[in-house]
Amino acid sequence: MTDLSVKINKLKLKNPVMTASGTFGYGYEFEDFLDLSRLGGIVVKATTSKHREGNKYPRMAETALGMLNAVGLQNKGVDYFVKETCPKLTKYDTHFFANVSDSTIEGYVEVAEKINELDYIPGIELNISCPNVKEGGMAFGTSCPSAFAVTEAVRKVYKKTLIVKLSPNVTNIAEIAKAVEDAGADSVSLINTLLGMAIDAEKRRPVLSTVTGGLSGPAVKPVALRMVYQVSKAVKIPIIGMGGISNATDAIEFLLAGATAIQVGTANFIDPQVTIKIIEGIEDYLIRHRIKKVTDLIGALEV
Amino acid sequence: MRKVIHSLKVLENKSAGGDNFTLLLEAPEPLPTITPGQFCEVKVDNDPTVYLRRPFSIHNVDYKSNTITLLIKVLGKGTAKLSGIKEGDALNVVYPLGKGFTISDEPKVLLVGGGCGVAPLLYMARVLNEKGIRPTILVGGRTTVDVPRVEAYKEVGETHVATEDGSLGEKGLVTQHSVFKSHLADFKRIYTCGPEGMMKAVAKAAEALEIPCEVSLENTMACGIGVCLCCVTETKEGHKCVCTEGPVFDSTQLNGWNIDKASTCSKPYLKNE
Ligand SMILES: Cc1cc2nc3c(=O)[nH]c(=O)nc-3n(C[C@H](O)[C@H](O)[C@H](O)COP(=O)(O)O)c2cc1C
Ligand code: FES
Repeated sequence: MTDLSVKINKLKLKNPVMTASGTFGYGYEFEDFLDLSRLGGIVVKATTSKHREGNKYPRMAETALGMLNAVGLQNKGVDYFVKETCPKLTKYDTHFFANVSDSTIEGYVEVAEKINELDYIPGIELNISCPNVKEGGMAFGTSCPSAFAVTEAVRKVYKKTLIVKLSPNVTNIAEIAKAVEDAGADSVSLINTLLGMAIDAEKRRPVLSTVTGGLSGPAVKPVALRMVYQVSKAVKIPIIGMGGISNATDAIEFLLAGATAIQVGTANFIDPQVTIKIIEGIEDYLIRHRIKKVTDLIGALEV
Repeated sequence: MRKVIHSLKVLENKSAGGDNFTLLLEAPEPLPTITPGQFCEVKVDNDPTVYLRRPFSIHNVDYKSNTITLLIKVLGKGTAKLSGIKEGDALNVVYPLGKGFTISDEPKVLLVGGGCGVAPLLYMARVLNEKGIRPTILVGGRTTVDVPRVEAYKEVGETHVATEDGSLGEKGLVTQHSVFKSHLADFKRIYTCGPEGMMKAVAKAAEALEIPCEVSLENTMACGIGVCLCCVTETKEGHKCVCTEGPVFDSTQLNGWNIDKASTCSKPYLKNE
């Protein structure tokens, strides 16, 4: 028997395959396509302290092997999430993580405190890396002092697994990772989307209403892989890698680079069943290479 | 309504005049229940520049032969690639998606379609036929080849055509057609699909006469199942996803679609090309 389980701090996942925030809704939208209970974990859409309408349409542009989005954290706010959405998640046998964002440190703390009360949410992913909002979001994730400050403030009120999601739009991502580790994070996840842009030459206009947006999909994978590798050299806490993962081989590359678990994002749009194929593919790989447990792959890159 | 991912077999790829073509697709197992106005997301293979699935209205459904038909206009790379697909090929399709038209027992029904936007109205008319209703169908376009499948529409409803150059039917826009100008008040339900400007004009005329009007919107989509929040439209209740809360909306629910307020909405509503 191969052992696919991994641990994010004290939390055990049945396998390293999770879904990325903003690309998998609240999970139940995928119920017709797959058995959610097979997933290692599900990170749900970002939640902020207040209801947000998000950015204006158009919010999406297709690019070569990827897409730009400028959704801008549209969500119904933490109170709605706690009251209406969460009860619908209890019936699945997997771990649900809330993705927490806001414009101010007080806002982050408020959301984290309220979610701390929910028994069946074992962890949060602190999103300090959303490139699509004017205030807060990525601003917190692009300097060490602000990344430290928001992580520290949330750590004080949040008692369960605290994952901090890092922005790739920085010069030295390893420094930021180190700062949030020092501030008490249990894990870091990376990467969020890369800031990009698309132009409609015929109309001489930007495609997105916000001019710039976040790039995701296979196009960003090499950058993400390099960042996971760099961060794995800098911190001791477990890393959750993502960025363009579309198949089991991609996922294994991230594990080899130093990730303990991985998240699948945009690929869910192309194939809603891709996560299951990735889990099965990792298992096949382990059998083929006579490796007993998936944890043996973590950081096993031979340089 | 259960959504499925199927590898559908291409039974036929037929030109429908101009840049339009139809694909007849066979399902490997019994079709799920499909409502007129619902759509599907098609994966386009073998082209690295076409990454996302492409949304298309379901043009026709035949539960007996277990087939669906798509009516597609070549607009960009994805649709160009699909136009070359061969009999016997397979297409990976997620369907049925979205909320379709609401169907009532009201016998006086008008369907208004523009260009390739007529696509969902064929299945709509057939479902109405099954209820013993023969709708009036008004279709229009710039010129003859922009009004595909007129013969098919004639079988299922009282069909009228308007072309801007007068090459087929009456000359002018659908909203200038004699049926629209003189007999609109006869109808109790109006359903429309096509260019946004046309749908807005239809919706406003319907609103003036207090006739319920449903419009089928098109937006760029990434997921088609309500999780990416990329496809929103502005409604009286804030942003709503066209892919799950639409594509069909009651026109009075939409911002900028009413008679009284000046239209502030000049955004292009495009499907993925
Ligand atoms: C449409 C869309 C919405 C997203 N929304 C969020 C979000 O709310 N919070 C977040 O932390 N990341 C969000 N992301 C980023 C993804 O979770 C992920 O970090 C990124 O897309 C890279 O992974 P991928 O290439 O596998 O998609 C979003 C991405 C997309 C494409
Ligand atoms: S296309 Fe993703 S939410 Fe509509």
